[in-house]
Amino acid sequence: MLSIHNISKQYAQHTALNKVSIEVKSGQIFGLLGPNGAGKTSLIRIINQITAPDKGEIYFNGQKLNQSHISQIGYLPEERGLYKKMDIGEQMIYLARLKGLSRADATSKIKYWFTKMEMEGWWKKKVEDLSKGMQQKVQFIAAVMHQPDLIILDEPFSGFDPVNAEIIKNEILTLQRNGSNIIISTHRMESVETLCQHIVILNKGHKILDGNIHHIRNSYRNGSFRIVLNKPLREISFNDFDIIGWVALNENYQFTIKLKNNATINQALMALIPLAQIIGIEEFIPSMNDIFIEKVNQNTPVYAKSVFNN
Amino acid sequence: MRKVFLIISREYLNRVQKKSFLVLTFLLPTLIIGMYASIFLIFKTGDSQLKQIEIIDRSGIFKNEFKNQQNLEFKIINNSLASAKQKLIEQKETFLLFIDSNYAKSGKVEVLSQNKPSLNLVMDIESQMENILQNRRLLAAGIDTSVLNKVKAQVNINAKQISDEGEKNTSIGATAVIGFTSSFLIYMALFIYGAQVMRGVIEEKTNRIVEVIVSSVKPFQLMLGKILGIGAVGLTQFLLWIVLSTSLMSAASYVLVNDGENIKDKIIQKTNQNNGYKQANETSPNQITDMLNATDTIDFGYIITCFLFYFIGGYLIYSALFAAVGSAVDNETETQQFMLPITLPLIFTFIIGVNLIVNNPNSALAFWLSIIPFTSPVAMMIRIPFGVPAWQLALSVTLLIVGFLFTTWVASRIYRVGILMYGKKTSYKELVKWFFYKE
Repeated sequence: MLSIHNISKQYAQHTALNKVSIEVKSGQIFGLLGPNGAGKTSLIRIINQITAPDKGEIYFNGQKLNQSHISQIGYLPEERGLYKKMDIGEQMIYLARLKGLSRADATSKIKYWFTKMEMEGWWKKKVEDLSKGMQQKVQFIAAVMHQPDLIILDEPFSGFDPVNAEIIKNEILTLQRNGSNIIISTHRMESVETLCQHIVILNKGHKILDGNIHHIRNSYRNGSFRIVLNKPLREISFNDFDIIGWVALNENYQFTIKLKNNATINQALMALIPLAQIIGIEEFIPSMNDIFIEKVNQNTPVYAKSVFNN
Repeated sequence: MRKVFLIISREYLNRVQKKSFLVLTFLLPTLIIGMYASIFLIFKTGDSQLKQIEIIDRSGIFKNEFKNQQNLEFKIINNSLASAKQKLIEQKETFLLFIDSNYAKSGKVEVLSQNKPSLNLVMDIESQMENILQNRRLLAAGIDTSVLNKVKAQVNINAKQISDEGEKNTSIGATAVIGFTSSFLIYMALFIYGAQVMRGVIEEKTNRIVEVIVSSVKPFQLMLGKILGIGAVGLTQFLLWIVLSTSLMSAASYVLVNDGENIKDKIIQKTNQNNGYKQANETSPNQITDMLNATDTIDFGYIITCFLFYFIGGYLIYSALFAAVGSAVDNETETQQFMLPITLPLIFTFIIGVNLIVNNPNSALAFWLSIIPFTSPVAMMIRIPFGVPAWQLALSVTLLIVGFLFTTWVASRIYRVGILMYGKKTSYKELVKWFFYKE
């Protein structure tokens, strides 16, 4: 639904984006990841038409991105806020009308969301009277109330307590079920794992990883398992696997093993069963966090590496 | 365009509904009218009562030379000072003028009374005494009063402007006052409303709401909406002031003066009367009456039109610059370094204007200051009541429009980058860089 072709953006001497191409498919929650200064915000601002790219094109549902798409995009910026002295209800209507809604339409949609989020009494309140978490809720609604086709959420969970973060997470999933396409940019890898189907990692203006999150994680599997046994295994070597490490867990022992060559986990288990009781077993799949760190570090440019080596 | 209108209406309604706006809008005219009314009341009531002034002249210099005025009656008495004082306690409206026997040397004169004498009363007596003394000294020097009266010259230039419609009475004083006042109002308004634009931009930036808004509208639309919205607030305030002042003024004069005379006539009458005791029946025009008469000849419609144009034009130029400054900083304390070059031409023109343009409204300096867009709103308004050639006005107006289009363009290029830059200390170099950023 969103095709980004060879986008480049230069700020004076600094290249924010270098020939980045991304394809966001319909119905997905799309994770846009990357360390600070990777170019995420630049890219998001380009999609929102806040700034224009130096080179490259963006297609929104097959059409070249233009002003008419503004009303079909909802945006929750990382740096976000509201008018402190304005009534919340009026403020929401104002923001909705800027997105192209009529006053009546805006009012009914906002009322719907206020009821849904249990905020009915807030209409006449001023933003300065709300807690930070409450303000975040209002901002979230402002980003999604006009039922946009594409919702871009930059760090949507920052400022929320775990209870409200869960509420927002469920709302995001509901929006997806109702047909919205969602791009999330966040540093919280655990929420990426639970929400996103597809991710892209940007680093220093380049795309360094792009793919389905399950495929990516699977591709990083290296035949490691965590096995919990009731006895220690010391000084034993096996044909099919190496013991990488172990820790004591209460009365049990957790071993991390890595399969050798073409060995299967069944072969490893057959070797272990005679020696001890197997309490638990789990394949070790690298977390997004691990993948992120590995990917970003291996892409450290040459000049930065030489600094470390010296 | 619909979105710009939305922004304008938010900026406008939000400010107009504030208490501070209402207070300022209604308080100022009330204060001005109150001031006028109290001046009028002083003129009307303060001096209408007849006051008896008893004179004990021990020096014998002033004798019967005092002349009665409309509200002053002089009476020479020969009582002793003590008995005259005794009498004062019984009569409230009587004043005792005691002139020492050794007046010529000591210059000792006293006014004794139960009530404190008004400043006017003392000034009237002083002026009469000065006159009497002067005449005596002239006589003593061998100059006859009749000769003196012939010699006495009173020059009062009646300035007339020749135009197609014939001759018009003008008063340099009135013209200068009007020019100065309107120029001062513009000067103040540019600062007040320009600063409001700047504060509004900083508020949106520090609030971080700006990124949400520019995802719906172009930064230029946001800037334009804010400038026009606040400008409309300024216009509303000015119009309300004009309407309120004039209606309150006419209401006040209706209440205070029911016999058809107005404050102006009252003041003319009063000044003539002060003037008139010398040349009893001769009504000589003086500056104040002249000025008040000349206000009738000034074309207020023309001046108000010019005023509104230069207010709007100047406001658009300066508010765009103020908006650019607001976008470049994170809080108000950082604005100082950018404010100086913006405000300098205004302050310079105003100071120059007060001293030089009023004195010489057609000088080369006055001409250039009233042509350059950054200074013309203040400088031209001083010149307009004196009459400005049509081609100069046309040139100034054209350049002001070109100037505001240009500054708005420059400001918007800085603004669009500035509003999205957080936590960075901005330098002039940085601003130039922003200006050259591509869209």
